[in-house]
Amino acid sequence: MIRDLALQFGQMLIVLMLAPLLTGFVRKVKARLQQRRGASVLQPYRDLWKLLRKDVVLADNASWLFRVSPYLIFAATWTAASLVPTFATGLMFSISADLIAIVALLGSARFVLALAGLDVGTSFGGIGSSREVMIASLAEPALIMVAFTLGLIAGSTQLSVIAAFMTSGDVGLRVSLGLALAALIIVAIAENARVPVDNPATHLELTMVHEAMVLEYSGRHLAVIEFAGSLKLLLYVSLIASVFLPWGLAPAESQPSQYLVGLVSYFAKVAVAGALLALFETTIAKMRVFRVPEFLGISLMLALLGALLMFVTRSL
Amino acid sequence: MSTTLLGGVLCGVAVLLATGIAAVFGARRRLGSTLVYASALVACTALATMALAYLLRGSAALPQSALLPVGLPWLGAHFELDLLAAVFLLVTNVGGAAASLYGLGIGSHEPAVSRVVPFFPLYLAAMNLLVLASDAFTYLLSWEFMSLTSWALVMAHHEENDNRVAGYLYLVMASFGTLALLLAFGLLAPAGAYAFADIRALDHDHVRSGIVFLLVLIGCGSKAGLVPLHAWLPLAHPAAPSHVSALMSGVMTKVAIYGFIRIVFDLLGPPQTWWSVVVLMIGGVTAVMGVLHAVLQDDLKRLLAFSTVENVGIVFIGLGLALAFESGGIHSAAALALVAALFHAFNHSLFKSVLFFGAGAVHATTHERDMEHLGGLIHRMPVTAFAFLVASMAISALPPLNGFVSEWLTFQAILVSPQLAAWGLKFLIPAVGAMLALSAALVAACFVRAFGLAFLGRPRSSAAQLAHDGSPAALAAMLTLVAMCLMAGIFPGYVIDALSPLTDSLVGGHLPSQASAAWLTIVPIDQSRSSYNGFFVFLFTALAASLAAFVIHRVASRTVRRAPAWDCGFPDSSPALQYSAGSFAQPIRRVFGTLLFQARETVTMPKPGDVAPARFHVSTRDLIWESLYLPIARYVGFVSERANALQLLTIRQFLGLVFIALVGLLSLLAFTQ
Repeated sequence: MIRDLALQFGQMLIVLMLAPLLTGFVRKVKARLQQRRGASVLQPYRDLWKLLRKDVVLADNASWLFRVSPYLIFAATWTAASLVPTFATGLMFSISADLIAIVALLGSARFVLALAGLDVGTSFGGIGSSREVMIASLAEPALIMVAFTLGLIAGSTQLSVIAAFMTSGDVGLRVSLGLALAALIIVAIAENARVPVDNPATHLELTMVHEAMVLEYSGRHLAVIEFAGSLKLLLYVSLIASVFLPWGLAPAESQPSQYLVGLVSYFAKVAVAGALLALFETTIAKMRVFRVPEFLGISLMLALLGALLMFVTRSL
Repeated sequence: MSTTLLGGVLCGVAVLLATGIAAVFGARRRLGSTLVYASALVACTALATMALAYLLRGSAALPQSALLPVGLPWLGAHFELDLLAAVFLLVTNVGGAAASLYGLGIGSHEPAVSRVVPFFPLYLAAMNLLVLASDAFTYLLSWEFMSLTSWALVMAHHEENDNRVAGYLYLVMASFGTLALLLAFGLLAPAGAYAFADIRALDHDHVRSGIVFLLVLIGCGSKAGLVPLHAWLPLAHPAAPSHVSALMSGVMTKVAIYGFIRIVFDLLGPPQTWWSVVVLMIGGVTAVMGVLHAVLQDDLKRLLAFSTVENVGIVFIGLGLALAFESGGIHSAAALALVAALFHAFNHSLFKSVLFFGAGAVHATTHERDMEHLGGLIHRMPVTAFAFLVASMAISALPPLNGFVSEWLTFQAILVSPQLAAWGLKFLIPAVGAMLALSAALVAACFVRAFGLAFLGRPRSSAAQLAHDGSPAALAAMLTLVAMCLMAGIFPGYVIDALSPLTDSLVGGHLPSQASAAWLTIVPIDQSRSSYNGFFVFLFTALAASLAAFVIHRVASRTVRRAPAWDCGFPDSSPALQYSAGSFAQPIRRVFGTLLFQARETVTMPKPGDVAPARFHVSTRDLIWESLYLPIARYVGFVSERANALQLLTIRQFLGLVFIALVGLLSLLAFTQ
């Protein structure tokens, strides 16, 4: 009981500690790829600490919702991130939410964030919120379809069970898995506001989505929202890693050495995913906002195709 | 104890009827309307309590029936209370009690009080009677009574032309629906044995039961708002006073769903596979079309009405799945889908009532329903804003609220469906699942827009600047329902356990008991397959948020400075420069509406040097209205114009017509005998 609790809270702390590091790592690799030296991988921690200690400058007509939102977004994202298997499966609270519930929990965070963008009543906030909900209206169904595919392959929508099933070797190569992976990667890019859907590094009004929503935030509020953003990126990386690269995951009731292997392989997987993301972002250009629906439409169609294959035949 | 509960329930309905009749005389006085709403509140609360008491007996609850000597002399009026009736009795009266409480708050401010107050308790009584009715005659009579009383309430503000149009369309569609049900019962009871017990005992052949199914789908579906029979709903529901809108959207659509379940699942015998195909397709299309319409509306109440169409679609997806599993012989999965549908119907009655109350409170203080003229209400109406926010999150299926649980259960039912053997369903069900997921995502967009534009930002009109919260009774009505939304979301196991026993008699299977699962987790099929714990999700989120806030305020900073909005250095001075309802919807309109609504944007730019303003115009078309309703209306007009000539015949020609008709009918009889 106590061991289970310790493992669960360990996972919650690991994602919390690791999230800014991943963001810093992606930035560093990106800088190196662009022949720059780049800031230290620890820079996001410093930024967060700096922002946390600064005054909050609140717009005159900001409501209570604007002040509460950052904490709600952070809490929902953190809860979701600690329910995705990182180094081990079968953790104590993994029964509380399956993949569909995790998707919906991220939806809660997005809902609150989009409202916060509208709260002050500026045109920037509105443009960000309106584009965010348009992107989400295509990305979320794609993600649910991915959940269907995985759920049908593993016979469960419980991420822990899916990950355990993927390690078991009964899976083999499947077309539907490939389709689900492609769809999931597209969704992950869109949901985390990465190039080519959005650019986390610009403040150019015509292109930005996520940054436009949080434009009015400052100080600790901004710190919490950026932290939530890092957590979300780590969540998607953990999700893809636990389902498609499940090697090293410690099963339930393991020996300490297995947990250690799980932990090391998890760090390796996160590093590889971060490097690939940086490489991808460096080699591709940002697309126009109204090209995004086509990009996400591809993801939705791929995911639906994968689910259809699984409905029609269990072997593909 | 066996029949006393039904006796009590019938007494409660009688109190509602008597209140309605008495209200005719006392409605104009302020005290009169207060008494009417108070009496309705007491009656509905008592009815809801009795329904709940019956429901909590679970599988030990025996059906209770009563025969009153009214109605057709050889038939009487049959009433029966069973688990299915109790569920919808509960839904009806929880919604009814909340609407009465809300009415207590606004009653005296209502401009057309004498046209609302008498019909309000009668409308509630009619819905209760329909749920209890246990013979075809009482059922149809209550159905028509419900339609007419609600029509009267829709026409309460008949001085506005739009409302008269809505009332007319509603009356036409309601009559059409009743006609379909009348024909359905004619086929169900060919020998004239109209009691439900007799109908249940009959064996219906495939063709006949198929026709009855289609007729019931048309009859109940038109009342519930299934596409393409939904055209009246977004006009009529918003036209009524807001607490009546809440009843129409939150409760009457559920009563229509009850009508469908009662006939198709209970009376009609084993379903055929193609029924489920029809229901699933219509349900999926309804969900997507409803929410796409909703997301483009500027009128707050019409947006809510379209969202009702969407939710009815979700309920029918659940019912379609239940029919598919039932015809495929997977009874436990059928029970899961049916519970999901009933749970969603219950949920929708809760949050949609809150949303209509909120829209009503906004309308009462600002006289505005158009979101382009609202904004900033969260400062002026904090309690209403809070209730509206929670209800918006619940309807957007966000955990840990109740809307998510019922959609999650529907998704779980979809994931069982590959076990079905029918090939059509293997392709259809994933597509319906995608439609459900799409509509769930779009609902969130729709309610970000609704709440964000009406309650957040800066006021877009002087009326919105001066708004204030409504009366304590109205706020209490909203907050009670909001608390129920939260409770049903955090402890869904209790709701599922209360709904489960009735699936045994309807689909011959049931869900595992949720009370036995550890930590209040809900496990629809099996622990290793899927589980959800609303309590933990709520607890974790609440704890993490408070912990983060506490730690940051302690160790980092807690100061706040107020300053003008930053807005990238170009703060706009006028509230008119905020994002508007139209601009917020633009991305979604471009992505989905270009094809489905033929949305076209035209920009008229003046020549350089010309001082005329630039114009931006958006046109949309309702293809269902144009391709279905208008041709029928034209055809009816054409036929009635031709038939007009028959009125101007001589007496000989009339007699000749009668003779020809008689000969025709007699020869028909001779051929068929």
